[in-house]
Order: sequence, then structure tokens, then C-alpha cells
Amino acid sequence: MRLGLVIDLDVCVGCHACAVACKEWNASGTIGPLADYQPYGAEPSGVWLNRIRHYEVDTYPNNKTINFPMSCMHCEDADCVTVCPTGASYKRPEDGIVLIDQDKCMGCNYCAWACPYGARELDRASGTMKKCTLCIDRIYDTELPVEERQPACVLTCPAHARMFGDFDDPESAVSRTVRERGGYPLMPELNYNPTNQYLPPRRKPVVPVAGDKPTGLRATLKKFANRLVRR
Amino acid sequence: MHPAFSVIFFTVASGAGFGLFSLLFVADVFRLGGGFSRDELVFGGLLAMALVVFGLLSSAFHLANPKNAWRAFTRFRTSWLSREGVFAVLFMPLALTYLGAIAFDAPVGIRVVSGFLVAVLAWITVFSTGMIYACLKTIRQWNTPLVPANYLAFGYASGSLLLLLGAVVARLDVVPYLAMAALILSVAAVLKAIYFFWIRNPGLAPTLKTATGFTRAGVKLLDVGHTHGTFLTQEFGFQVARRRAGALRVAVFVFGFIIPGLMLVLVYERGSDWAAFVAAVSGLLGAAAERWLFFAEARHVVNLYHGAARC
Repeated sequence: MRLGLVIDLDVCVGCHACAVACKEWNASGTIGPLADYQPYGAEPSGVWLNRIRHYEVDTYPNNKTINFPMSCMHCEDADCVTVCPTGASYKRPEDGIVLIDQDKCMGCNYCAWACPYGARELDRASGTMKKCTLCIDRIYDTELPVEERQPACVLTCPAHARMFGDFDDPESAVSRTVRERGGYPLMPELNYNPTNQYLPPRRKPVVPVAGDKPTGLRATLKKFANRLVRR
Repeated sequence: MHPAFSVIFFTVASGAGFGLFSLLFVADVFRLGGGFSRDELVFGGLLAMALVVFGLLSSAFHLANPKNAWRAFTRFRTSWLSREGVFAVLFMPLALTYLGAIAFDAPVGIRVVSGFLVAVLAWITVFSTGMIYACLKTIRQWNTPLVPANYLAFGYASGSLLLLLGAVVARLDVVPYLAMAALILSVAAVLKAIYFFWIRNPGLAPTLKTATGFTRAGVKLLDVGHTHGTFLTQEFGFQVARRRAGALRVAVFVFGFIIPGLMLVLVYERGSDWAAFVAAVSGLLGAAAERWLFFAEARHVVNLYHGAARC
């Protein structure tokens, strides 16, 4: 099994609900607590396992705002695991989930240096590194109804922009969607082989926008002059 | 990258310690300038070991959870950080064996073989320190073979200046020590110059386009999504102003190579003892400036997601 996420950049509305649900679940999950620094102060900050950034692609009138959620990509060739000196970081062979053993981590930050996706954040309260667990304490919980055995971010997404599944199975929903929609990994040139895939925005016709037409004597004269020149 | 002073002190001190010990072995084998006495060799060796130990201890200060530091010796097979720790600890008993062989007049075979092994182990340890940084694909300024080469060159250069100071204090013939220091300093200066030249060109590094996958049109950041800073901006967001970096590069060469070089001339021409002291102190200052700049100029690819077009 190779478990991971598919994120649909076409429908993500950038509401940060996935990040909030992630924080809510994982603050009390296996990796929790997730520290907050000055949550009500002048410089609020804290540990988040999922962060959403916002970009603009192309220029007017073809531009589009892209909301870009990022969490651990659970890479096939995860350098964060290779560089870890204590063995706290490990990749589970059975489902490919990359985890951190909180009892072994010494907080040297080396794995965060090795991660190009900014998926790892040091918790200053515990002195250990924190990262996405793919909600490992949800997805295997047989007490939960089958449809709820999914990561908190996927369950909460109001736009259904997130999917969870097994990429090793070519007929799983995630594999099929990635195939049909042309899903792609981020920074493939670094050869980390990230499991998570991103679906590009669909092609849509450009909406014609009426431009502001100049008026007045000068514009009228110009119009006539242009006609004369064209003849 | 955020320059952590504990790591700067650690790499400069331990590099100088390993360099000093290796060159002490060379001075012992070839009896350079008449050769150090037995006590002087032991004292110099212990001083080098002290530099290494202080460096290692200070490196523990940048850990957020030092109680697990002992586990850092366990992933020897994959992690350069672990390898560095293991080699640095292995260095200690071998170094003591060599110093013991000197102190108790052991057969010359034991002395030379253990000394050679210590020198090789010192080389491997400093190489591992450099590889901690050089193996990271996420930071192009570090992902180059020039990094371990620079770490070794600065370690040996600082060591050679300390050894020269020792030779001056011990009233040996300083000419071979001057020649050794001059040669190593020249090599280190050239390597550092190549490094600075090399990192100017961004090469085939990732861009915001490959980082987001939008390679067919321009991409620009609208919002980073966090209110204040995050761990990522604190750890990787550090940026040094170009003018300041330029001034520091000049400082690296002035303190690291030019002042020590002039002092070597003074020691040779005038035989002035203080010049050797100034050379050693200036060399270490230059190495510290070099190490600070090494961190400050490194740009992690995660900065792309925060709006940098290139790193």
C-alpha cells in the first residue's frame, strides 16, 4: 500500500478548513499536543501540519487564484528519513506513511532542512519535530464507521478538494483521478518521489470582460482619424 | 538559513582541533624544525582534543531535546550527522593511544601507525561534517563537493596556524611550519574563492514554477497564509543583505588569509612571536566569519513557497 492525498487545485476555495481540522484532530492525536505561541498575543504563531498558501497564475484576463494546501507528501525517497541521526523519523513499509517517533527525536532540525516541502515543524514546547501522520489514528480505527476512516482534512473539506487513497492500486479512486485529470507531484526534479499529487485547474473559456471605452471629443477625433488611416 | 552560533562555534573549533591534531602527527613524523619535545607533543594533542570536545559539547546546545542526543549514534548507516558523531567519538580513544605512545616511549611502529590512523579519522570526521550540509538537495549553495573541501581546508588552515604558534612558543625552526601554513592557507583561499564563484550561478535549481507545478505561465504569491512567522520562516527565512554579504566575504579573506599571510612574512623576516599569535587569532576569526556566511547565504527551497522566485 502507498497511502497519500490528492489535492484538487481546481476546486480548492482556500478556506483553511483542512488546516483547522488537522490542528483540531492532531492536537490530541498521536503526534499531539501541537504548541501555540502567543495565540492571543501580538505575534501569533504555532505548529501546524497543514498550511495553505495562495498564488496567482498567469496574467489578466487569463489569471486564476490558486489556493495551495501543503502537508507531508509521504515521499517514496524521503530524505528526511535518511538524514535522521536518531532513527526517530521512519517510513512504514506497509503503507508508506512517514512518521516521527516522539520518544526518539532530539530536535536537531536536520529532517526539516532535508524536506523541500516545509512539511516538518519543530514544536518548541516538546522540543521534538511534528508532521502530518495522515491521521494514522483515524484511518485504521475499526471503532469508526468505514466512511470516517479518512484523514481529518479530507473529511472536513467542504469543496471536496481532497481525496485519500492507495496509489499502489491502479483502480483506486485516487489513482484513477490522477490519471484522468493529469495529476502531478511537486518539485519532481529533486527526486523525492512524493506520494501526494496535485490536480491542475481545468481549462475554462476566458470570460470576455467589457473594457472601459474612452469618450469625449478627443476619443471621437481619434476614432475618425483611425478610420481614415485604415482606408 | 538561520546561522546558529553554537553550530558555528562547533564547526570552527572542532575543525581547528582535528586539523591541529593531524598536522601535529605530520610534525612529529618528520621532526619538522627539529621536532617538538615529548611533553610539547602531548600538550598540543590534548589541546586539539579539548577543542574537539568543546565543539561537540556546544553542538548539543542547538538541540531542542538534548536528552535524546545519545540516540544520534544509532543511524550510522544512513545519516551523515550520525556518522560525524560516531567518528568524532572514535577519534578520542585512538588519539589517546597515539599520545600515550608518545608519552610512554612506545615502539615507533605503534606511534606512527596510531598517529596515521588518527590523522585519517580526523580527515573522515571533518569530511562527514561537510557532508551533513553537502548531501542536502534542498539547499543548492550547500549541495556541492566544494562544501566538504572547504570544511577540510579551513580545518587544516586553522590547525596549521595553531601549530605554527606552538612551534614559535617551543622555539623550533619555524621555516617548515611557515611553509606548511602558507601552502594550506593558499589552497583554502583558492577553494573558498571557487565556492563563492560557484554559488553565484543558480544553475538547475527548482523555481516557484516547478515548486507549484504551474510551469506554463507566471506564478506569483498572493498570500502566505500565516499571520505572523512560522517555524519555516524562522528557520529558513533568514536573509543577509547583499552589501553585508559582500563586506563579510571581504572579511573572510582579510581575516582568514591576508592578515595571517602577512603575519607569516613577519614571523619569517623579523622572527616576531606576537605575529604568530595574531595569525592564529585572525585565522579563527576568518573561519568564524566564513561559517556565519555559509549559513546566512544558504537559501532553502521552501522559500519558493513563500514567494521567492529562485533560491
